[in-house]
Amino acid sequence: MSNTPLNKKSSLDGLKRFVFDNKVILLFVLLSIVCILIADTNASYVASEVFTRFGRNTCLVLALIIPCLAGLGMNFGIVVGAIAAQLSIFWVVHWGFTGMGGLLLCVLISTPLAVLFGWLLGKLFNKTKGSEMITGLVLGFFADGLYRLFVLYIIGGVIPFDDPNLLERGFGLRNAFDLTGNLKYSLDDISFLTTVSVLSVVSIFSTLVLSSFDKKMGREVNAKQVTGKVVASVVVLVVSIVARFVPILNDMLGSNRLLMSDAVMLGGIGLLVYAAVMLAWKRPEKGSGAFRKLAGFAVLALVLLVSNFIPDVNKLYRSVRLPAMTYAVICFFVFFNNWILSTRLGQNMRTVGQSRSVATSAGLDVDKTRIIATCISTVMAAWGQLIFLQNLGTFNTVQQQSNVGLYAVAAILVGGANVQKASNKQAIIGVFLFHTLFVVAPLAATKLVGDSAISEYIRMFFSYGVIAVSLAMHAWKSGGGRKPGAEGMSAVMMQPTNPAANSRPK
Amino acid sequence: MTKEKLKKTMDVIGWPRLIVCLFFAAIVLTAYINGIDVASYFSSTLKYWGMWGILVLAMVPSIKCGIGPNFGVSLGIVCGLLGTLLAIEFNIAPRVNAAMPGAGPWMAMLFAIAVSIAVAWIVGIGYGKLLNMVKGSEMTVTTYVGYSVIYLMCIVWFRAPFSSGEIIWPLGGAGVRNPVSLESSFAYLLNDFLGFNLGPVYIPTGIILCVLLVCLVVHFYFRSKTGIAITASGANPTFARASGIDVNKMRIKGITLSTVLGAVGIVVYTQGFGYLQAYSAPLTMGFLCVASVLIGGATTTKATITHVIIGTFLYQGLVIFTPPVSNELLAGTDISDTMRQIIQNGVILYALAKAKGGSSNE
Repeated sequence: MSNTPLNKKSSLDGLKRFVFDNKVILLFVLLSIVCILIADTNASYVASEVFTRFGRNTCLVLALIIPCLAGLGMNFGIVVGAIAAQLSIFWVVHWGFTGMGGLLLCVLISTPLAVLFGWLLGKLFNKTKGSEMITGLVLGFFADGLYRLFVLYIIGGVIPFDDPNLLERGFGLRNAFDLTGNLKYSLDDISFLTTVSVLSVVSIFSTLVLSSFDKKMGREVNAKQVTGKVVASVVVLVVSIVARFVPILNDMLGSNRLLMSDAVMLGGIGLLVYAAVMLAWKRPEKGSGAFRKLAGFAVLALVLLVSNFIPDVNKLYRSVRLPAMTYAVICFFVFFNNWILSTRLGQNMRTVGQSRSVATSAGLDVDKTRIIATCISTVMAAWGQLIFLQNLGTFNTVQQQSNVGLYAVAAILVGGANVQKASNKQAIIGVFLFHTLFVVAPLAATKLVGDSAISEYIRMFFSYGVIAVSLAMHAWKSGGGRKPGAEGMSAVMMQPTNPAANSRPK
Repeated sequence: MTKEKLKKTMDVIGWPRLIVCLFFAAIVLTAYINGIDVASYFSSTLKYWGMWGILVLAMVPSIKCGIGPNFGVSLGIVCGLLGTLLAIEFNIAPRVNAAMPGAGPWMAMLFAIAVSIAVAWIVGIGYGKLLNMVKGSEMTVTTYVGYSVIYLMCIVWFRAPFSSGEIIWPLGGAGVRNPVSLESSFAYLLNDFLGFNLGPVYIPTGIILCVLLVCLVVHFYFRSKTGIAITASGANPTFARASGIDVNKMRIKGITLSTVLGAVGIVVYTQGFGYLQAYSAPLTMGFLCVASVLIGGATTTKATITHVIIGTFLYQGLVIFTPPVSNELLAGTDISDTMRQIIQNGVILYALAKAKGGSSNE
């Protein structure tokens, strides 16, 4: 396709196709721009708010991708993951753990809970094949009820739980749960330098463990590559420790947040160095894909670096302060999604997602694959909720989890995902767009109508409306009018029965 | 043999229905033993049964025509709210009262119902067309369409150009206040009509008659040629198509009827409540209606008027009897709302799991 000469017609067609393929995203970009223009607000306020919300919400949204590809649709049931996270927080706070240790303990407690909940959820989804989304939604409400029963009546009422700070009247937890002083910002406050040190240590260990594992399994190990990786990690580790003792670097990178202007500088320089090194080392042919990619990187890096010296943009960059470790965790979630989808399990999930009957005839255990996908999603949601809450700092004990599914699903749909297809890219774009609108739409409405009370309605209408429209569009496109029964079956039978043929990522 | 028979009977009754029935019986018994005024609570159960009856009845046509429980009954609800508000806005009751003393509330209510039916009719047809496009995922789509319509209408209510002093915010000048009193139009009209005391129990004859009347109309509608065609296209679309029935048209008719019933239902509900609650109050009504009909023994593919009558009674009975009992037993704790949430959604979940899902992506 890329080799065809670009004449006017094909470029117009290309534009048309681009607009059509990205209509949802474009619509929301347009809406955001209109809202920003109407609201006439402070750009640095919007930017800092959006980046905060990005750090807070993205992990929850990334939890939706795997079940979506496994054919479960949008997993509204991530509410149970959030419940697991909140339950773990109650005990960790009760026992008096604080900071990063407390958060890790939360992870430790919430993970098995989330696996259990996910397993039950998966079992239920297997009983309601074809209507997983409504099941997930209703289950969310149901779990909400059980959780409320537990939190308000059973804790302290049936289970002995003696903590006057947490209990309101002898039994039942306090309505608002304050994390200030124990878990608030426990992840966000980790500095960039510490993050880099931790990541390099993790990288050293994982490289060594993986290579020894590969050796044990009898697979070939590229010793040079392994040594290279370890050495690079050690160098990074040493640099990050040494930087602690250089006052300028420590001031810039060692504080609890990373200024976005610094991040842009670092990223720009890093990208530029990477591009230059790769160009010098691999020497890709001019015009080849790899060359273009590297050239693109270099241009991007230059744009970033130059933009940092434009006063207005720099001011904007300076107003945004990024939590380094949280963003690292988001990257980890993205890589994890990619990694799991590249494994055999991930391939099976895609096959199951495309056609259950094909998967069954290929000898896959459909039910088990679906349960695993649900479990992974629930665990990711639990961790995501922990990240969300440590950033928020205070939460409504009874109701905090109830809208988790709604906002996450709305966000990923805004990013252009649909019931059968979702990717990390869509999740990230979606979170940015959705939360930009979430910040600016009420401002714009207030300006237009002159009353701030309406903003809550607009937010809710907007979230529900996105889901309604997107579900309806998808159901319509995927042939809602199709006659059920015989025709549907035969169409399935005509699909290739070799799972590998249609499970390859496209 | 007996074991098999037991299992078969259980399949017919269904676990949730049995549990809810036993739970209800236990609660009423506990109330009686603890000296709670069972009769007065029974009276309000009857009243609420009448108020919810038509709203729950709205589930029957949508289930019969093959769309499944109409989670989006809120679409009809907002039409009914609009009709009621217009009746207040135009001062129907005082005006008619001036000409014909006593007839005012009735005319106001008839006006509200007529306007709601007209609006709901149009909305229902559009809604049906939408649902024909999304076959296979109706339940999810109806839920979210219902939710988003409620919030869209919240924005509308907030700025709607009403002028009646009874509707607008006291200090605002526009928009609908929350709640709007129906005192001057038709509050408690049906509740009080022909009501009498049977011993300690108050029988709200008017509202019971009204619900039974609407049930009868729906019953005979489903006996008519169109009604049978609707049932057939819901039960077996392929067969219906083969016998020359336009399935899509029948689905539109079914969902339109459901929306209209929702609109009439909310008018009857607000008269019983005495106040009109716009904004997000109707948000959860759809789920409540679905749960009620399912408790009555309906499934996602089968529902009858008997299911509505039994289900609404059980559900409302539970909602009304649990708070005093839980207050009595648990020393001032009201656990009832939590129980209601668990039972309501548990029943829906059970029905979904029983339905064995659809065929999408099979």
